[in-house]
Amino acid sequence: MSKIMTKRDVIEWLKATAAVLEENRRYLTDLDSPIGDADHGINMDRGFKKVMSQLPAVEDKDVGTILRTAGMALVSSVGGAGGPLYGTFFMDAGKAVAGKTELSDEDLVLLIESGLKGVVRIGKTNLGDKTMVDALHPAVEALRRAVADGVDTAEALRLMTEAASKGMVDTIPMLAKKGRASYVGERSIGHQDPGATSSYMILKTLMETLASGHRATG
Amino acid sequence: MKKLINKPEDVVKEELEGIALAYPDLVKVHFEPNFVYRADAPVKGKVAIVSGGGSGHEPMHGGFVGVGMLDAACPGAVFTSPTPDQMLEATKTVDGGAGVLHIVKNYSGDIMNFEMAADMAHGEGIRVLSILIDDDVAVKDSLYTQGRRGTGTTVLSEKICGAAAEKGYDLKRVAALCRKVNINGRCMGMALTSCTVPHVGRPTFELGEDEMEIGIGIHGEPGRLRMKLKSADEITEMLALSVIEDPAYSRTVREWDEAKGEWVDVVLQDPPFKEGDQVLAFVNSMGGTPAIELPIVYRKLHEICEKKGLKIVRNLIGPYITSLEMQGCSITLLKMDDEMIGLWDAPVKTPGLRWGT
Repeated sequence: MSKIMTKRDVIEWLKATAAVLEENRRYLTDLDSPIGDADHGINMDRGFKKVMSQLPAVEDKDVGTILRTAGMALVSSVGGAGGPLYGTFFMDAGKAVAGKTELSDEDLVLLIESGLKGVVRIGKTNLGDKTMVDALHPAVEALRRAVADGVDTAEALRLMTEAASKGMVDTIPMLAKKGRASYVGERSIGHQDPGATSSYMILKTLMETLASGHRATG
Repeated sequence: MKKLINKPEDVVKEELEGIALAYPDLVKVHFEPNFVYRADAPVKGKVAIVSGGGSGHEPMHGGFVGVGMLDAACPGAVFTSPTPDQMLEATKTVDGGAGVLHIVKNYSGDIMNFEMAADMAHGEGIRVLSILIDDDVAVKDSLYTQGRRGTGTTVLSEKICGAAAEKGYDLKRVAALCRKVNINGRCMGMALTSCTVPHVGRPTFELGEDEMEIGIGIHGEPGRLRMKLKSADEITEMLALSVIEDPAYSRTVREWDEAKGEWVDVVLQDPPFKEGDQVLAFVNSMGGTPAIELPIVYRKLHEICEKKGLKIVRNLIGPYITSLEMQGCSITLLKMDDEMIGLWDAPVKTPGLRWGT
């Protein structure tokens, strides 16, 4: 089984995500204003800055440790619903690949799928509730299908990102049923969910990291 | 944005520094993780009460730490729930051996972070029970939403449960009392203006000069309904009737079951108000509404309660659960029994609420 992602790639992914979230701080917060409480971009930026500060200590460790450390940093710094949800995403993703220093495409499916399951468990969220799950769930499905069909990794990740993007855009007409957005009722319709948007950004960054990065072969 | 601050990112830290300097006889402040706790904590043998939530609602919660109310409060960033490490450290600091009650407002972020903290505390052998406050009648159903938000009743529950803990109630009894306060309290709020989160720098929503927003929460989140501005009497009537005429409200909440050692679903039902009920009437400023306007609201509320056969036996009027500088108010009615009245009257000595000492 060929290895498609090294722990170096995982660190690059987290670093690139921190940069993307800093860049989109205002955009995510603007998305959060009409239906939430205008803090999503600020919280995610603060959280990934904390992740950056914790990374040097675990750079030599396995992928599982790196991801769990990132998750714990998010739990202790993001606050709101985003902290436990994204924190659990990375902690559970890390647990699924504990001890590994290189990941195959099947490991990557397991990683993201475990993260998604953690989010669903903590958030008690269903598909269609207008949350980050609406981006993550179709992305996991697309990636799993592509890997099972033996599609080349770059194409599999492109399909994953495309599904996340579609899932994100599909939240626009949805009526929010979870979180603060559910309080505005019908007025949540017509707005793109900020959590689905940040989830899409994180997955898109994963695709870009692996497309540009140095790959291990095994 | 015009605010009396230094840097937006320092607002909460500098506020806590000021509180520590202003009330050293009442509270201490722990930094990183941030929490305010009773100066004499832990009080041996007393149930400790910990609450928390996003900042921006001052004096809630930090201003309610002290004798007869909270043992600790965990402030998050403005309008953002605090993180589990804050609640865990606060819980460990104030546990006097009789267990700790977490009073949690019904927001998805607050619930998730408090649950994680409670699980960690359980793992360290500390007894923690958790009661949710969800009293905001602006949210009609719990099937298609997160359910009712925790608003005005939070302040009342912290006072009443704090007095009970001071009186020697055990953990289960304080939790049962808190549940009782929650199901008997109802709140509805409105805004004349939006508020500006310091690190955002512009108003969370725009309201025209002649508009108001009905059914707002406490985070500058938009409400359910926008309408033309009305008089104080008309606004008071709208809020009061939403509260008084709210039918029985049923929902499922999660509580920690000590015997089973797991979180379980509990179905709770709020009984509607009925003629002859004794109530506490709480008229709250959202932060920007001046003190001169609140008695105008109270005056009309008193008239409506009389007409509806509700007897106001206690009241609280002032800015206690705010949304930064938002103009507007909320009305909370809490059905009281003799036990609750006695606990309400009991001494309290905190930066934000003080009597009888």
